[in-house]
Amino acid sequence: MKVRIKFGKKGYMKFIGHLDIMRFFQKLNRRAGIDISYSEGFSPHQKISFAAPLGVGLQSTGEYVDMEVNSLMPSAEAVKRLNDECVEGIEIYSFKQLPEDSGNAMSIVAAADYIVTFKYNNLFSLRRLSEIVNNFYNQDTIEVLKKTKKSEKTTDIKPLIYSIDATNEVENTVSDDDVSEYGIKMQLATGSVNNLKPELVMDALFAFAGYDSVDFPINIYRTEVYANKGTEEEPDFISLDDLGNDII
Amino acid sequence: MRKLALSDDILMKVDKPARYIGNEVNMVVKNINEIDIRFAMCFPDVYDIGMSHLGIQILYDMFNKMDGVYCERVYSPWTDLDEIMRKENIPLFALESQDPIKDFDFLGITLQYEMCYTNILQILDLAGIPLLAKDRDERFPIVIGGGPCSYNPEPIADFFDIFYIGEGETVYEDLINAYRENRKNNGSKTDFLKMAAQIGGLYVPAFYDVTYNEDGTIKAFEPNVPEAPRKVRKEVVTDLSDTVYPDKPLVPFIKSVQDRMVLEIQRGCIRGCRFCQAGTIYRPLRERNLEFLKEKAVSMLETTGHEEISLSSLSSSDYSQLKELLDFLLDEFKGKGVNISLPSLRIDAFSLDVMSKVQDIKKSSLTFAPEAGTQRLRNVINKGLTEDDIMNGASLAFEGGWNRVKLYFMLGLPTETIEDMEGIAVLSDKIARLYYELIPKEKRNGKVQIVASSSFFVPKPFTPFQWAPMCTREEFIERAMIVKNKVNDMLNRKSIKYNWHEADVTILEGVLARGDRRLGKAILNAYNDGCLYDAWGEHFIFDKWVKAINDAGLNIEFYTTRPRDLDEIFPWDFIDIGVTKDFLKREWNNALEEKVTPNCSVKCSGCGAASLVYEGTVCQR
Repeated sequence: MKVRIKFGKKGYMKFIGHLDIMRFFQKLNRRAGIDISYSEGFSPHQKISFAAPLGVGLQSTGEYVDMEVNSLMPSAEAVKRLNDECVEGIEIYSFKQLPEDSGNAMSIVAAADYIVTFKYNNLFSLRRLSEIVNNFYNQDTIEVLKKTKKSEKTTDIKPLIYSIDATNEVENTVSDDDVSEYGIKMQLATGSVNNLKPELVMDALFAFAGYDSVDFPINIYRTEVYANKGTEEEPDFISLDDLGNDII
Repeated sequence: MRKLALSDDILMKVDKPARYIGNEVNMVVKNINEIDIRFAMCFPDVYDIGMSHLGIQILYDMFNKMDGVYCERVYSPWTDLDEIMRKENIPLFALESQDPIKDFDFLGITLQYEMCYTNILQILDLAGIPLLAKDRDERFPIVIGGGPCSYNPEPIADFFDIFYIGEGETVYEDLINAYRENRKNNGSKTDFLKMAAQIGGLYVPAFYDVTYNEDGTIKAFEPNVPEAPRKVRKEVVTDLSDTVYPDKPLVPFIKSVQDRMVLEIQRGCIRGCRFCQAGTIYRPLRERNLEFLKEKAVSMLETTGHEEISLSSLSSSDYSQLKELLDFLLDEFKGKGVNISLPSLRIDAFSLDVMSKVQDIKKSSLTFAPEAGTQRLRNVINKGLTEDDIMNGASLAFEGGWNRVKLYFMLGLPTETIEDMEGIAVLSDKIARLYYELIPKEKRNGKVQIVASSSFFVPKPFTPFQWAPMCTREEFIERAMIVKNKVNDMLNRKSIKYNWHEADVTILEGVLARGDRRLGKAILNAYNDGCLYDAWGEHFIFDKWVKAINDAGLNIEFYTTRPRDLDEIFPWDFIDIGVTKDFLKREWNNALEEKVTPNCSVKCSGCGAASLVYEGTVCQR
């Protein structure tokens, strides 16, 4: 049986890398008494898989991990048990059963929402920020230099930005060290087919506006991760959470 | 959320920021307003190493169970953060509260190996605490050292206020109560140290004067205040099944060296190998009872969720209820995805059977520690492992499907001859031959793989070899070459891989292990010249150490190669470990006469440890 957990990673837990979060969950499952399935062999490992790795330094209220279990328990109980064994900064939001034929989290991810806030102070007025963001997105193409280990090449990232707007709905994603009353909300292509990092968008945006990104420390939050139920041309995004069902 | 001592910008810049943020599973959080004693527990090496240490987990748990005491942790910042902290004047902080160490009442530093001594100075320096104990007044924490290197604390005596000699579970509460009383009385630091000096196991170096003979040896080692005893007797736990043991060990986020639960099944060892310091300083052997261990194993799994449990002791095969314990663990943890990691067990039918249940035979290897290449030299070191034992164990293992063997040896042991050195190659070859004779071609799982490793022998305090001269760096390398050349002459040379350790670092370890108080200056010189993380090969700079020692007016050979007179006063003679100097002398003579001494379970040799604790120990059996 497959279950999906939605969780948040906030505060200084942003310094814990993806591999260590995986290790954290394996131990968390044992502490919480989740009846998880193990692989065969001398060093059995848990059958779990994460949706989309979150970079070090990023916070999130929309992380997902899928796992195989031998038996189910009610969602509410599982959420409570897991939260009781958690550390500050990691919070479990839901524990849902997945249909047996559902694809694993990693393979179905298609898009993610992000909110970017400014650390230390409000840099622009909301109106000015809106203007910059709109002008930025209204370009025909948004060319950025993508660096890989082997080469550097210019790509147009505009098709990978599904939406981008200034927003004042940031109260749920404000850290201790930022005083932002507003920020930027964006939906970006995510996953194994197309993947765009929010840092890259922000660099392009600052460059477009004529600022140096080093001067504008930001906090980045992922708020949701989606699968695509539609087609590539006409996407229909549904949150990974909505693909599961509560266990009563 | 707690406010971190380091900014986001710094944490994003350094390697593994998780080393500095705390917040691990089972971290203890206390309200600072409700406690009156703040204790910082330090392992002077990087977090990933220090977090693996069982001793700190035990003490962390013990202190935090005391009313009014908050014990927090601190480790050596890695070199990247070290540089930033110095440049930006950021004081060293504790992981739990993120508060500066300088504001604590105590800074306890565990002394696990000599090569961390410069890291101790780094800790003090970054904390803003004067390095020398004499420069510290009531405004600074009391700096206290404990652990194996405190059995000869003299080289670092200048930096510490107190050393705790012996097992940490016993007298810390007395020390903390003395501190409270002194604070209530508005007493000075000296007043407090005088109270501490009267508690068993506690050594206050400032209360002793050392004078030297013209040849550099110690003339006298005398207390200079009436409160300080002439001898400091080590502390031991009398009943290991009725003492503190962590129910909720800390679980780091990043992978530490020991990413597992550790179950200490017994303390002490009956074997009496003459090179082994742990074998004497932890005497007598005390077992924990089976029920205690079962209970702890179960509760630790519940509270940590670790995927592996490991048994810890100096010689697990000697634990009287090993079979029952392993059966329980196999049964209890089966299906829960928990591995059982076996400590080096004596290779016999029993251990091979257990190993085949918990490990993949094709991937695992067998380990033997003959320590010396010939039976003659094994008799000298009193290593009770015979060639027959090794060959029988290897036969059983080869028949069971294993084909990888690891062999551990030491080079530079007292009385060692060329034959002994070459014996390492000869024995390795014999084991390889055994494999090819015993296992028919069609049943072989490839070639046999034998890895023989040798470390260089360092004589340690409180061992029968404390009188032994050590080899020079050149002699060590020469001996390794003799082994290497002999391996190349062997029939099965292609199945044997021979490794040897660094000689430079061994020499320094030798200097510090049997060093005296005058070396404090050399350690300070080395630190000031940039030595740090000496235990890490890539950071160790031998030439700087040579200069540091010479600049202190000392020479290396005095501490390493010099033959010592039987009646010489050693820097560590003021410590009473239970095992007597007479016994060690007898054993030194037995070694030179190649005479074997039976282990404690066969016959008591009257080492003296029974005077510490008798009931329930091997001494009573």
